[in-house]
Amino acid sequence: MQIYLPIAEISVNAFLLLGLGGIVGILSGMFGVGGGFLMTPLLFFIGIPPAVAVATEANQIVASSFSGVLAHFKRKTVDLRMGTVLLIGGLVGAALGVVVFNYLKAQGQVDLLVKLCYVIFLGVIGGLMFIESLNAIRKTSKGATPKRKKHNWVHGLPFKMRFRVSGLYISVIPPLIVGVLVGILAAIMGVGGGFIMVPAMIYLLGMPTKVVVGTSLFQIIFVTAFTTMLHATTNFTVDIVLAVLLLVGGVFGAQIGTRIGVKMKAEQLRILLAIMVLAVCGKLAFDLLVMPSDVFSIAAGGH
Amino acid sequence: MLRYIIAFCMLTLPAMAEEVVLGLSKDEVAITTSFDGSDVLIFGAVKRETPIPDGDPLEVIITVSGPSKAVTVRRKEKRFGIWVNVDAVEIDEAPSFYAVATSAPLRDVLNDVEDLRYKISVPRAIRSVGAPMAVQDAGAFTQAIIRIRTKSDAYQLLENGVSVDAQTLFQTSIQLPAALTEGEYKTRIFLTRSGKVISDYETSIDVRKIGLERWLFTMSRENSLLYGLMSLAIAIAAGWGASAIFRVFRL
Repeated sequence: MQIYLPIAEISVNAFLLLGLGGIVGILSGMFGVGGGFLMTPLLFFIGIPPAVAVATEANQIVASSFSGVLAHFKRKTVDLRMGTVLLIGGLVGAALGVVVFNYLKAQGQVDLLVKLCYVIFLGVIGGLMFIESLNAIRKTSKGATPKRKKHNWVHGLPFKMRFRVSGLYISVIPPLIVGVLVGILAAIMGVGGGFIMVPAMIYLLGMPTKVVVGTSLFQIIFVTAFTTMLHATTNFTVDIVLAVLLLVGGVFGAQIGTRIGVKMKAEQLRILLAIMVLAVCGKLAFDLLVMPSDVFSIAAGGH
Repeated sequence: MLRYIIAFCMLTLPAMAEEVVLGLSKDEVAITTSFDGSDVLIFGAVKRETPIPDGDPLEVIITVSGPSKAVTVRRKEKRFGIWVNVDAVEIDEAPSFYAVATSAPLRDVLNDVEDLRYKISVPRAIRSVGAPMAVQDAGAFTQAIIRIRTKSDAYQLLENGVSVDAQTLFQTSIQLPAALTEGEYKTRIFLTRSGKVISDYETSIDVRKIGLERWLFTMSRENSLLYGLMSLAIAIAAGWGASAIFRVFRL
């Protein structure tokens, strides 16, 4: 069934979009990532104009994250306090990121920078996570209990706060810094930042994997809602028909994903996320290294 | 002097003798939610008060062009092992849609001088004003936009796409693709003999979003804050709804 999108000004297959939304929704519920870094390239591929794809994707993530977070609330796997601290950092970071983005845009080559950012971050995060979770799986299969909590310099900082759900008593400075950095990257790369936030919470803050997913979704809702409003009021690029098609699949997918995630072991969850992140990284690196089918490309508008 | 006037009259008089009378299967294309492209039938007749002149037969060229917009064409090159955009050319006016249908191969029915004057062929319809001096081979950029848009059926050259009957009746069908931009689609009909345009006629097809499409589009521009909030409200409601459904069925 073909549907004409009023803002994107293109006709698309409705079932294709429902399916895509569903798949990305499952991943979102399982791993606590928004899924923007997967969906946006897929939308480009269908022929949705990039500006519309990025803006509409933000709106869809609001829906699937909200659906996912409700499922996590029921299981009490959302650390509201940690989420709020990360969110404050994230909003500050996003504001800084927009300034950086506009500066780079004026210099040209912003596309390249975004892609390089993606490849480097996805590669490093995916690689480290893959090795770590592989080791963890080996250790547990040998019967040794995994050791998670380590005391390092993070625990020596002032302004300590108790994060009951995560079982942590640490300074608020590291979560704030993580929030700011993720916010900056999210604004530059045009994504919710879940795939950077999730590993940062696991490895830098030492939060339990199960709590990380719900908490990440919680803060993604606010970041992407903010982004949606920004795009809707300044660029007029949110396509509500496209968003509805994507989010109908997305909200159901997120519920299913959450249920799958709960049944899996933390290491398995981490290794799957690592593989997914590496796959996206590989695809982007491939595009940069291999000669494109057409060296020319068209963009709307003049300077 | 008189000689020139007579010569001029001899040139122009036959031209005035043949005119276009036109019909369109529709002068309005409505974009609804289920819009999936549209065929427009363009047909007409040649009105003349004198007998059909001897010599080369009458040929017909029909063009349909969508609203023009400026676009930037970028070229990639390998630098330090990766493909990066190295230079860009701004094309001042490129129609979002352009179709040319002719009754015989374009080169046979239209000469270069007339093409330049009326901007009929696809390359002539695209205007690039100034490519930066640093860019070599600016023509390749115009060719690139034609190549890319031809691939997506936004630019069409339909040679032998117009059928002409007894040098009087003609008709063609132009297929508008699903990815259509709103606006006035200028439709031009040219009658040519031996490569020269002897008569031209212009009308337009109105392409408009209607119903829900129109309402959403207008709202997104004029009431963007409300539109954004509505998008968010739908997202939150859908997220909550899915969660509620799963809870009720205890999945």
